[in-house]
Amino acid sequence: MKLSDLTTRAGEWLRGSGPMSEIVISSRMRLARNLSGHRFLTKMSRQQRQQVEHKIRETILAAQLARQTLYVDLENAPDIDRNLLVERHLISKQHATSEGARGVAIGENETISIMVNEEDHLRIQVLRSGLQLEEAWEQINGIDDILESKLDFAFHQRFGYLTACPTNVGTGIRVSVMLHLPALKLTGEIEKVFRAAKDMRLAVRGLYGEGTEATGDFYQISNQTTLGKTEEEIIGDFKRDVIPKIIDYEHHARRTLVNDRTTALDDKVFRALGLLRTARLISSEETLFLLSHVRMGVHLGRVKEIDLRTINELFLLTQPSHLAKILGRKLEGDHRRAARAEFIRQRLNVN
Amino acid sequence: MKCDHCNKPATVHLTEIKGGKKIEKHLCEQCAAQNEGLPVKSHTPINELLTNFVLAHSGLSPREQTGACELCGTSWAEFRQTGLLGCEHDYGQYEKDLAPLLQRAHEGATHHIGKVPTRRGATGVPMKRQVDLAKLRKELSRAVEAEDYERAAKLRDQIRSADGGNS
Repeated sequence: MKLSDLTTRAGEWLRGSGPMSEIVISSRMRLARNLSGHRFLTKMSRQQRQQVEHKIRETILAAQLARQTLYVDLENAPDIDRNLLVERHLISKQHATSEGARGVAIGENETISIMVNEEDHLRIQVLRSGLQLEEAWEQINGIDDILESKLDFAFHQRFGYLTACPTNVGTGIRVSVMLHLPALKLTGEIEKVFRAAKDMRLAVRGLYGEGTEATGDFYQISNQTTLGKTEEEIIGDFKRDVIPKIIDYEHHARRTLVNDRTTALDDKVFRALGLLRTARLISSEETLFLLSHVRMGVHLGRVKEIDLRTINELFLLTQPSHLAKILGRKLEGDHRRAARAEFIRQRLNVN
Repeated sequence: MKCDHCNKPATVHLTEIKGGKKIEKHLCEQCAAQNEGLPVKSHTPINELLTNFVLAHSGLSPREQTGACELCGTSWAEFRQTGLLGCEHDYGQYEKDLAPLLQRAHEGATHHIGKVPTRRGATGVPMKRQVDLAKLRKELSRAVEAEDYERAAKLRDQIRSADGGNS
């Protein structure tokens, strides 16, 4: 498997087929682990970093965690490949731009990605479409078991799995659910989401995690507490409380729009679709914004000839590095906006 | 409103009482810093603010005067600045200082009760049993809180047998 094989299609998590996928884009889980007997990343020499990267890489590839595993050496990868991986949510922005020996292993149709030498020696990630928290936990727990049988993880009786930053210590787990909440935004009720999350001590972030803004009405809800609760308890908080509540709010807001503000809703949806089908120059922000409205229109049956999968793929493929990979050349400014507009027109006017 | 000293917009407004007289001053950031010795930093990144807040509330500790970790060279002061520890031994070395900080960051939690590696770690201590005990103890206190004494009695027996009669 090559990196360029990834560009033409979307990963499993963007299929738009998981449970509640009209609102829940993806369920993501990650475990932070460090090797015992080695310093944490900020205190490692160049050579120690290389040794750890090599050791983990060999272990992952020998463990056959997936039917096919692609390992990308990020220290030596070109910028465009690193950015492509960020756009696909397979690595963090920080991992793309930092320095020194580091990498990522990708497997099982991109549901698995293991970052090596990010903030911790290992950041194991599982990413699945729709609301699949239990499935994600089962998968990631299994991967952790396999790696643990071959590597000595730093663990403390009192503090659990030891991480470079104490905000991750204990379970080292971060659960993130990505939600698409256009109706709550339109009806001005998005504050409800922030309140619900705050009550449960969960963080609300934008599309690309920490430090990013909510664009295209996408919100990531994730846990902040990692110590003093079991993994099952942390996942349970999401499954039982927060996520069903927010899904309810969004469903209710969508119903209100359909029943009471039909014309206003259709206006939003069809204006967005009209622009996407006719524009000649379009930025990635505008694309996100318009696709968000069309996506809601598809779910509510206002737009019938386009499916969720097509929309989900457009979200991904219209980003700068994906466009460049697909077109086989790097584009800037108006050339890029023109290429993006043309790509969208082709995809949306086929049917 | 313009700054009293230069023509820039005034963003700092001072009211001083001198000898029963009220003096109002309107200054720009630079003049406030230069003339009044008021450092005003309007563009502090939010994460820096947060880190400072957390660290400022973690209290001064004797660790700050003592030396750095022998294994990785990380001092407590350094950790307070970066928010990152240097190696696994720091958790043991700074356990006392870290505990209140972790409590604040993790809803009052002080002990891990989640997954445990099944193998012995580098220290050779069988970890599984110890953490299981912590988990049972937590369940016991919950059962007592909920006045579920039947369950509490069962848990107490479990703890006794798991701990080999030491508790």
